[in-house]
Amino acid sequence: MNLGTRKLLDRSFTALGFGSIVVMGLMLLVVLVPIVTNGIGALVFRGTVEHRRMLYNEFHRGDLAELRSEIARSESCRREIYGMLDAFEAELAGMDEQRQAEYREKYAQVQASLRALLGPLPHDEAPALARLRYGQTRWDKAEEKLRDLQLEKKWDYSNPDEMAKDYFVSRAAGFEGTSLVRLFPYVEKNIDRLLQPRWTFYWGFITDSSVDAHFFGGIWPEIQGTLFLALGAMLFAFPLGVVAAIYFTEYARESFLNSLLRSANSTLAGVPSIVFGLFGLTFFINTLKVSESKSVLAGSLTLAIMILPTIIRSAEEAILAVPKTYKEASLGLGSTKWNTIVTVILPAALPGILTGGVISLGRAAGETAPIIFTAAVSVGSAIGLADVFSSPTPALSWNIYNLASEHEAAAEIRHVQYGMVLSLMTIVMLLNMSAIVLRARISKKLKG
Amino acid sequence: MSASPDTKQTSAVTVRDIYLPPERKKVSGGGVPHVSAKNFSIYYGDFEAVKKVSADILSKYVTAIIGPSGCGKSTFLRSINRMNDLIPNCHTTGSLMFDSQDVYGKFTDEVLLRKKIGMVFQKPNPFPKSIFDNIAYGPRLHGIRDKKTLAGIVEKSLRKAALWDEVCDRLDKNALGMSGGQQQRLCFARTLAVEPEILLLDEPTSALDPKATAKIEDLIQELRGSYTIMIVTHNMQQASRISDSTMFFYEGVLVEHASTAQLFTNPKDQMTEDYITGRFS
Repeated sequence: MNLGTRKLLDRSFTALGFGSIVVMGLMLLVVLVPIVTNGIGALVFRGTVEHRRMLYNEFHRGDLAELRSEIARSESCRREIYGMLDAFEAELAGMDEQRQAEYREKYAQVQASLRALLGPLPHDEAPALARLRYGQTRWDKAEEKLRDLQLEKKWDYSNPDEMAKDYFVSRAAGFEGTSLVRLFPYVEKNIDRLLQPRWTFYWGFITDSSVDAHFFGGIWPEIQGTLFLALGAMLFAFPLGVVAAIYFTEYARESFLNSLLRSANSTLAGVPSIVFGLFGLTFFINTLKVSESKSVLAGSLTLAIMILPTIIRSAEEAILAVPKTYKEASLGLGSTKWNTIVTVILPAALPGILTGGVISLGRAAGETAPIIFTAAVSVGSAIGLADVFSSPTPALSWNIYNLASEHEAAAEIRHVQYGMVLSLMTIVMLLNMSAIVLRARISKKLKG
Repeated sequence: MSASPDTKQTSAVTVRDIYLPPERKKVSGGGVPHVSAKNFSIYYGDFEAVKKVSADILSKYVTAIIGPSGCGKSTFLRSINRMNDLIPNCHTTGSLMFDSQDVYGKFTDEVLLRKKIGMVFQKPNPFPKSIFDNIAYGPRLHGIRDKKTLAGIVEKSLRKAALWDEVCDRLDKNALGMSGGQQQRLCFARTLAVEPEILLLDEPTSALDPKATAKIEDLIQELRGSYTIMIVTHNMQQASRISDSTMFFYEGVLVEHASTAQLFTNPKDQMTEDYITGRFS
């Protein structure tokens, strides 16, 4: 091969490598940017007076005097609106039957929209669910609801060969000639006074527990549950994994049994996580009965089994990477095998072992399938440390899935879901960062 | 001493026939067999790496082991403190005695043995710990916890290894920050700290530059007379400079074992002569 071709090959290889890294970086950006921008929305948003009312009622936070004056300002506007409703109802009562029927349905829709925007109407019974007790707490959602009030969404089924198309018609036009027609411009004009949006940094999203299935409040139970599960898994898997790695590297002789164990370990690393979840249910809960039903303990054990192969493998590699000369030096000084392992080999292998451990910790924090059947519930309060043996817990990974697919009003609380995703990503990234820092510090200490 | 049929007659060098050139002093209280091998063979699986060696290593003198690569000299050296135990499938036949103790005896504690028979390796291998901790590692292993005693041992060992003056103000620094020659002398000090009787040196200067090598050689001269020293080396000038007796191995066989002055000036065996004159290697 001549020099020119060789150089060309070299360069194209470099370009290929660089290019793939750039592509990876861009992909990461494509994933991270929406997660971060949407996730931040759960913490920083324009909160309405309803948000502050909710905070005061549910969490006893906020300035009561200021809240009262805000509510009073809003109330004057609301009274006007409710007056319009009363007037229209009186007008409705005086209409003939046919017109009444025509308006009643439309009017019910207007009422529903107003309830979503401002909370229960004066003549309503006190709602049982917290989500119905308050109007829109977030300005971005309030704008959506305002649009719902102004425009009615309809479907165009005229062409049977195509999918129906949606179009909007003005609700005000439907009430032309009645007194209610004044309501629509009035609400639009006074929406700021009605809801009084203000930029809010809602730190409680991290530290509060949720109110009415994540409609309001925060995700602390989920964060705590995630930490409990991940740390619990580590508690079981890390010592066990390191000991197993020591056995494989220092004690195991070449035998059929040991090669069997090794391949079992590799196989275990490739088992789908849902299988671990079902295994955890049947083995830990149904057979061993570590708890009555789902519990943090059962979930941690299941996660531990899932991350064990990774920990063993990384610890094994870290131990094998320790120069043989250290071992020789130690043994040559009259050290026992066990002492050599504890005082020389493990300290030298520690950075590698820890890296593997923390990466596994991150994985345990993010896994969903193993905890579905063993530990996770969709709604719950934060549990105490004493309850981990018997209580299930909400957890970020499971609740993200739950909010995305099973929650009855998922569309209403997308921001909570985004916030959870961001929190989980942050936790995992912080864990990985700490692993990198820890590793760097220990390596530096070892290298002098 | 009985010679086996497939090995050449090798003579055990005793103090009576060790010929010391005028510049090398006789060692008082030395010259008794400290390690003696009898028909000692080492196998890696079926391969006989060291073949029926019979020899006496004299106490407090320096014994050099020379021979071409793969001749079994390192294997022989490492068998004396049972470092070969680390290699799977390695086993021995014949007998190897250390004082009156059978090195490969059923009831021999290899950990205790290695305390008495220290070793310095080809590549400097300090632990990734501070200089102090490196040297205190051995004494701590053997139960010395008192800080003052440890500090005393560290200083004494470093002085013996001629390293004290260079490192006394940075004992808490990581040993891996030292130069290669210093690291190797640290390894000497670390070995000396457990007060061994025998020092096994496995090509201790092959990874060092000439200046550091000279220092190590000086150190070996210093230690001669206090310890029984066995050194494997590829450098024949080194062997002739620092040793009192020399063993020449070839393909696992101990070809000749004589006092250094004799072996290098008047070898009995043709192969030895060929090797030391560089006709083959």
